[in-house]
Amino acid sequence: MSTTVTPPPKKVNRLGLEVLNYKGGKTTLCAGCGHNSISERIIECFYELGVEPHTVAKFSGIGCSSKSPAYFLGLSHGFNGVHGRMPAIATGAMLANRTLMGLGVTGDGDTASIGLGQFMHLVRRNMPMIYVIENNGVYGLTKGQFSATADLGSKLKTGVANDLPPFDCCALALQWGATFVARSFSGDKKQLQAILKTAIAHNGLSIIDVISPCVTFNDHAGSTKSYGYMKEHEAVLHELDFVPFFEDISVEIPEGQAMDVQMHDGSHLRIRKLDRDYNPTDKFGALQALEQAETKGEVLTGVLFINTQKPTFTELLNLADQPLATLPESKTRPTAAVLDEVMEELR
Amino acid sequence: MSTLEVSPAEPLSGQTTHPVVNDFSIQVATVNGSGSQTANSVLMRAIFQMGIPVSGKNMFPSNIAGLPTWFTIRASKHGYIGRRKEIDFLVAMNPETAREDVVKLDSGAAVVYDEPLKLNQLRSDLHFYPVPFDKLVGPVCPDAKLRKLVRNMIYDGVVAQLLSIDMAEVRQALVKQFGKKKAKAADLNWGAAQAGFDFAARTFTKSDPYRLERMNETAGKIIIDGNSACALGAMFAGVTVVTWYPITPSSSLVESLIGYMKRFRMDPETGQATFAIVQAEDELASIGMALGAGWAGARSMTATAGPGISLMSEFVGLGYYAEIPAIIYNVERVGPSTGLPTRTQQGDLLTTAILSHGDTKHPMFFPCSPEECFSMSIEAFNFAEQFQTPMFVMTDLDLGMNNWMADPFPYPTEPIRRGKVLTAEDLDKLGGFARYQDLDGDGVGYRTLPGTRHDKGSYFTRGSGHNEKAQYTEREDDYIDNMDRLAHKFEAMRQRVPEPVVHIAPHAKIGFVALGTSDYAVRESCDQLKNEYDIEASYLRLKAYPFTQHLIDFIRRHDRVYVVDQNRDAQLLGLMRLEFDADLLAKLRSVRYYGGLPLDARTVTDEIIKQEGK
Repeated sequence: MSTTVTPPPKKVNRLGLEVLNYKGGKTTLCAGCGHNSISERIIECFYELGVEPHTVAKFSGIGCSSKSPAYFLGLSHGFNGVHGRMPAIATGAMLANRTLMGLGVTGDGDTASIGLGQFMHLVRRNMPMIYVIENNGVYGLTKGQFSATADLGSKLKTGVANDLPPFDCCALALQWGATFVARSFSGDKKQLQAILKTAIAHNGLSIIDVISPCVTFNDHAGSTKSYGYMKEHEAVLHELDFVPFFEDISVEIPEGQAMDVQMHDGSHLRIRKLDRDYNPTDKFGALQALEQAETKGEVLTGVLFINTQKPTFTELLNLADQPLATLPESKTRPTAAVLDEVMEELR
Repeated sequence: MSTLEVSPAEPLSGQTTHPVVNDFSIQVATVNGSGSQTANSVLMRAIFQMGIPVSGKNMFPSNIAGLPTWFTIRASKHGYIGRRKEIDFLVAMNPETAREDVVKLDSGAAVVYDEPLKLNQLRSDLHFYPVPFDKLVGPVCPDAKLRKLVRNMIYDGVVAQLLSIDMAEVRQALVKQFGKKKAKAADLNWGAAQAGFDFAARTFTKSDPYRLERMNETAGKIIIDGNSACALGAMFAGVTVVTWYPITPSSSLVESLIGYMKRFRMDPETGQATFAIVQAEDELASIGMALGAGWAGARSMTATAGPGISLMSEFVGLGYYAEIPAIIYNVERVGPSTGLPTRTQQGDLLTTAILSHGDTKHPMFFPCSPEECFSMSIEAFNFAEQFQTPMFVMTDLDLGMNNWMADPFPYPTEPIRRGKVLTAEDLDKLGGFARYQDLDGDGVGYRTLPGTRHDKGSYFTRGSGHNEKAQYTEREDDYIDNMDRLAHKFEAMRQRVPEPVVHIAPHAKIGFVALGTSDYAVRESCDQLKNEYDIEASYLRLKAYPFTQHLIDFIRRHDRVYVVDQNRDAQLLGLMRLEFDADLLAKLRSVRYYGGLPLDARTVTDEIIKQEGK
């Protein structure tokens, strides 16, 4: 008796790549860490959208979150820089090669404390890249000190309460003129996927603040960044569907029930109304909603704001289409006649 | 009010007999923000156009308007363009400093001054020329608002008359200064200069000995400041990403570069920029961006001064350890802390050589002239990419911000070399690579750039411990191997840095070692020692760190070697202490100056005589 076993066809994306091509090294973070879920979402989204891995450059600072770029997109170059200064490294790299897709992963210590200034200026420049804040309210790698996003009154494992108010990275980014601001929860697979995919399609800086519980130092009663707290206090703004440019967008949606945002690359973000009216193109409405949610003790998640029109930093600089990094000498060294002209002026 | 003692001195006895031609210095004391810079530049340029070797030193305050500023012009038929300590001809326009300026002069000096200051009452051993500037400016400048700015041009005319500067050269220098677009301003200033000339011609009988005569020593030369020369060097080196944060005295380097790049580096076919220049939020960001750009394959640079260097410390360590090329211009000023931001020093040598925590060392180039600012910038960009490391081009405020006579820059002959960068085709052939593997024995690995279309192309850059494959490691052997390779790479650089300029005096027992702008004082001092004391001295001028065998040979060859430092703590000597044996160190002596002014020859000579016990 003979049987021919035909292996099941490998599942591939539009580039013919398997999900394996989007994976990285084995994680060394704690089991159950929210950051690992975010890494998985990144792998899925880049795979599903068929982003060429070699066109991506990964950036991070210092901390548990900043280790994670080693755990996804292994075929992409990565740069794990210094604490809080990932925006500078990323800005330089993206100017050197504007054809890269920048993916920054950072933490709340990196972004809201030591790197607050660089975060602010990255937003001001609208540097076209993705900026994920893996926000757990504590410094994990130094064993559990409060960060600047820890809520007022939230407690450490030792019972010590935080007596300073938090920075809300989303509210700050909105005030500084960010063009895409979203908040999500590492445990909300569908929402985080839609947000990440929108960020990949967005032509501008995408700020994604993801509440990502630290199972070792901040997942206890009294913490406001724990899985338990998020289950009880997450207030989802709307339902998100991302339709990539290469898929047919055919389903009609009833008037007034959804909003359709067309992205730079032709993709669509469909935002379906839940129990409240929320307009993610209204910056002041967004700030107000965040303020109200904080008062009520809610964690608002979803796409808080989107503006697809503002020019990016590379557009403002009128950069050559080709990467500056590889321009030939004929483009980067002026001729001898130019030197003669300058010398003549100085005589 | 200052209460300066007026020193009694012999009154001048009649006319001075020996004329002093083309060998003296003029100092103009003004208030900053009064337009004196234009008048001073025109004066310097007019002398230059007469074919006389000339230098100009601006001593200005860290302030926008209202504080004292001095501009010293030295004319030297011998071609000495370092600062001269003694002032022979003073133009005293600033009431605040006039008394002190006059009291400090040597007997026999000449003083042009604003008449109401009554400086002639202070001393009887000087030649005084009072000028009623306010009375003269009215008729030539009807607009009262502009008088403050035009007033200074009057002294150009007075000085021209007294020193025999050809007024046609003043006119030409003015036209050059203002350009075709500001012809009206040039005319206004020309009127003022003429008024000064006419006044002096009909009023004064010249009693001082100083005079200028035409020579032919400046034909074909240019006038440029070191910062602009560095900027031109960077442009012709093919820089593509420039990130900076304004700081004196380096700001004008990037500002000059912006001007040149906008003119000459826009792609004529597309109208797009072949460069990015970003004013960052601070020096932490400017060096971070430069390294990010260097990592992604750009030719990147930043420019800064002492405080910025301190802030860049952490990132420079990352650049060293992760091996990323970038050029950092350090235009040194007086530290520590804010120090004297508008005065010059070579006070960052030690800090810069080993900037950042842990075991780090960085190559430094030391240009001493605009010509070298240009040529060594081009060399530096190739060097940084060849060795995949951040490196420093060290200048100082004197070189960077003052105007210098220079030979026109030759067009670079070396091609742009991008170092060991693997393309996708290379990877096809090789089948892969290990980022930090030393295949060639020079300690330098091969790198790929993000965006390389190859499955074996990526690697992960980190400032944490890494092995040959750029993987995270905390292993003892991996760490030591990596650090040893970096040390080996530094030794390979030692074989490739620009060689020093060595002058051996045949019978010299002593020698000088100096770098950068100390060169002018040291060369003049060698002549002073020979002419005045019959002492022969050899001289080695360093062009780079790490030091090369030439320096060791030079020290061995002489009994005593004087290391010239423009800082308090003998930092250049200190760098030698880090690596030289005791027998070499025993021969080293230190000559130091750290007052913030450009080093002058007399200070060096006096110190040598003191230490030589003559």
